[in-house]
Amino acid sequence: MRPRPSLGLRARLLFAFALLCVVTAAAVAGGIYVQARNAILQRTQDAAVQAMTSRLQALYPLRSATPGPDELGEIAEAATDRNSFAVAVYRETHSPLPPSSPPLGHGGAGEGARTLDFGVASPELRQTVAGGRTAWQRVVRQGTPILVIGMPLLIIEQDRTTRASGIEVYTARSLLSEQRSIDELAAYAWLIGGAALAFAVALASLAARGVLGPVRELGRAARLLGEGEMRTRIAVRGSDELADVARTFNNTAAELERLVRQLREMEADARRFVADVSHELRTPLAALTAVADVLEEEAARLPAPADRAARLVGRETLNLTALVNDLIEISRFDSGVAALAPNEVDVAELVSATLRLRGWSERVHTEVPSGVTARLDPRRVDVVLANLVGNALRHGEPPVSVRLRDDPHRIVLEVRDHGAGLEEAVLPHVFDRFYKASAARARSEGSGLGLAIARENARLHRGDLTVANAPDGGAVFTLRLPRRAPDPDGGSE
Amino acid sequence: MKLGGVSRVLLIEDDPAVREGLELALTRHGHRVRAVESGEQGLERLRADLPDVVVLDLMLPGMDGFEVCRRIRAAGQTPIIMLTARGDDMDVVAGLEAGADDYVVKPVQPRVLEARIGAVLRRVGREQAEVERHGELTIDRAGIVVAKRGVPVDLAPTELRLLLELSGTPGRVHSRQQLLESVWEHGYFGDSRLVDACVQRLRAKIEDDSATPVYVQTVRGFGYRFGPV
Repeated sequence: MRPRPSLGLRARLLFAFALLCVVTAAAVAGGIYVQARNAILQRTQDAAVQAMTSRLQALYPLRSATPGPDELGEIAEAATDRNSFAVAVYRETHSPLPPSSPPLGHGGAGEGARTLDFGVASPELRQTVAGGRTAWQRVVRQGTPILVIGMPLLIIEQDRTTRASGIEVYTARSLLSEQRSIDELAAYAWLIGGAALAFAVALASLAARGVLGPVRELGRAARLLGEGEMRTRIAVRGSDELADVARTFNNTAAELERLVRQLREMEADARRFVADVSHELRTPLAALTAVADVLEEEAARLPAPADRAARLVGRETLNLTALVNDLIEISRFDSGVAALAPNEVDVAELVSATLRLRGWSERVHTEVPSGVTARLDPRRVDVVLANLVGNALRHGEPPVSVRLRDDPHRIVLEVRDHGAGLEEAVLPHVFDRFYKASAARARSEGSGLGLAIARENARLHRGDLTVANAPDGGAVFTLRLPRRAPDPDGGSE
Repeated sequence: MKLGGVSRVLLIEDDPAVREGLELALTRHGHRVRAVESGEQGLERLRADLPDVVVLDLMLPGMDGFEVCRRIRAAGQTPIIMLTARGDDMDVVAGLEAGADDYVVKPVQPRVLEARIGAVLRRVGREQAEVERHGELTIDRAGIVVAKRGVPVDLAPTELRLLLELSGTPGRVHSRQQLLESVWEHGYFGDSRLVDACVQRLRAKIEDDSATPVYVQTVRGFGYRFGPV
């Protein structure tokens, strides 16, 4: 369970790289842009102010303290060069505005006389200039950036103090070329930023591949290992942290493999031991079994207590034989030598034969439709059924029933009794070897391997055997078998 | 064959306790038992005693059970019941291929072994005057003689009974379980490999080509049938 949905590693890496790049590029380009722009503007401004100052100085001495429009025109003429336009103002009078001066030609004839609105020269600028100081400002007029410089003409008194003459000269100078330089700068910054971003994305992809490749490889290997493929290893490349992880993984896998092999060997040893013991027991048991009947038959003629002893030996020999046979049977499942001998079988016939041969036909209720056929090992299914029905008859309450259901893929046989059922705590262990549900019925009811063998038989068919308690009482054993059991050697005909 | 209910059993078993126990039990039920401990001795007694049936342990010192089985088969058609100590399927298959008629797994209860002995010794066939002809095969049920193109075919008892069972109802399909019950008299679900192995041996003797049988045909998924020729 993930705490929250998260982006993939690749997306996160790309995002981080891109963000880093954009921030860096923006900071660098932005900083340089602002700096360069200011420098350009400052230089232009300084040069313009200086040029204007030196031109205006050439006007001195002024011919009249109260100039008329003609004089103002001259002043304006003197203050301007080819790149700029100037206007000189004295109180309500000003030099003529050129007809085609979009930067300044705003004041209409009517209002121009009264307020002299240059449009570009803001009231603040005019106030500053009127105060006797040179000032400038940048404005944008109809999309064109303009530098407006206002300069008062000063009168120097005898005592070296200065006072405003009341004549103000304003020049407007287009900053179009500077603007173009700055725009170029900005475009250049954008271009470099974009290139850097593309580069960053490419780099991030590369890095992501470099990281994700090994990570994916690691994931695949871990999955394989989890699926039991103990020989899974990763190729270690380079000497970075990922290589360290790969190396650690390989070491862990090797250790796991060793442990698993050790465990398997131990388990195989244990099982082989059981198998060997069982086989060793068989020979003496074969001799005992051969004469057990003799003992039992002769017991009636023996004096007490030899008769009882003879019966005991005879009976227990058979029990021991059953136990050893079951042990051998289960060790054959363990060692994988148990093989299916599948045949096309009519299930109803099989069930009735199983019951009939053991004399259970009268005691077991069957709901087994005829005509259901399946390919299975009849001997093994008989063993399973006999075990289940035998248990139900011994431990459960009648009626004991066998029910057959089928679908196109499998057949399901249910064996149920109507007793108290099994305790919930017992249910998961019913198929364990030698598991005894209660100490009271520990003996004389088979080897304790019957259900384990039954389940192994079901699984050999690629089917299963399960147990549950019916809601209305009684234990239900359900044997599910595929319609076609796997064929061990391509099929008996 | 079985005379007056007494059959002569040759028991070849190396373990003295098992040998003694089985000898005891079989003798008690009226069989005349000759028990020997090796295959070599067994083959000797086979020639001298002419037993009705051989009970043969597969795991023998010296000459092993399979070899003994083959030699008994080569010498005649005495029925052979294998005693397999291991529940090893390969042993069973190899034994059946070597010509054994049936097998029991040790430890075996004497009554089971006796039932098997009884089954392989049971007289086969019905009284029937006419000799049946199936293609080139003639089956004389009264005299129990099977001949191919006039030449008698030497069949082991189980092979003969299987053939008589199948040819009794030509064209009818017999399942392996049915054959195990009728021919081998196996009460419980028997080992169907007994049938398959016996069919193979029978085909080798009566068919022109075992791979494309005419008389004993396989009905895939169900069993075997005789003919139609």
